[in-house]
Amino acid sequence: MEARRVIQPLLLAGKEYVGVMRLHSEVPEKRLRGIFGEFEGRVYQKPPLRSSVKRVVRIRTIYHLDFLEMEGRNVLFRVACQAGTYIRKLCHDIGEALGCGAHMKELRRVRAGPLTEDKDSVTLHEIVYFNSRWKERGDEEALRSFIIPMERALELTPKIYIRDSAVDAICHGANLTAPGAVYFESGIKRDDQVAIMTLKGEAVALAKALVSSEDMLKLDKGFLAKTIRVLMPRGVYPRMWRSQ
Amino acid sequence: MPGSSAPWEVERQLLVKTHEKTDPRYGYKPEERPPKEYIRFGLINLDKPAGPSSHEVTAWIKRIVGAERIGHGGTLET
Repeated sequence: MEARRVIQPLLLAGKEYVGVMRLHSEVPEKRLRGIFGEFEGRVYQKPPLRSSVKRVVRIRTIYHLDFLEMEGRNVLFRVACQAGTYIRKLCHDIGEALGCGAHMKELRRVRAGPLTEDKDSVTLHEIVYFNSRWKERGDEEALRSFIIPMERALELTPKIYIRDSAVDAICHGANLTAPGAVYFESGIKRDDQVAIMTLKGEAVALAKALVSSEDMLKLDKGFLAKTIRVLMPRGVYPRMWRSQ
Repeated sequence: MPGSSAPWEVERQLLVKTHEKTDPRYGYKPEERPPKEYIRFGLINLDKPAGPSSHEVTAWIKRIVGAERIGHGGTLET
């Protein structure tokens, strides 16, 4: 239950789907592949009537749109896109671009951020199986087969690793200062969401970067990140007012 | 328009500011958490069947696993 707060970055993370699009007339494969290529990059979408978001046109990025197979008017495709992209609308718009029309027939999400169907998902059957091996035989490997550490959800979030003495302050909501940071990932820009981690790789908090990676390397004092959501309970690491 | 890099295709390097050790007396590497902590700070990524709602399924899993508290983060229902 403590892991609940890591779901937020997952909701905002890119997604991948495999789907079936139904064309309203036969289209040659070559033409279809051409149109697919045109839809990679930015698309403009207005949320549908039934949506919880404001109905203004939004820009979304399609990272990849791959034609997989075609059988008559059914087209199997794979799409990698920014969070909040409506695939149903995408299929509709592809149909418009083709001229004949099309609609989304079936959709399956195969990735949410770092978590993929192949590596990270389990079915209810697998949960029952592994859970009974764990409960009845104490098989810890079985436990780790269906439950993943919450840090896995942060794999794509750029990270700042901090020293032990800086951890508990962050758990109390303090912002991260320069002396606390030990390593960080490259490519962090100001205002990016980052994950503050211990040297053991435990998630401490979600934060907003106040400076870039390059600046973090140079700074000896000042704030590096503003703590937004604490993930680690207080007291796991002792309170240390001074660094070692 | 050509495709662009998906977030999982971005490579990052680790920039080292200083070298520091971590005290083994506190905390755990996530994969090495003892069972109680492992469950407490764990997630299940469920390939949910189409029929039941996320709410129902979450309640089932809570019962099956014997968790005290459990939440869910959203589903794709087409």
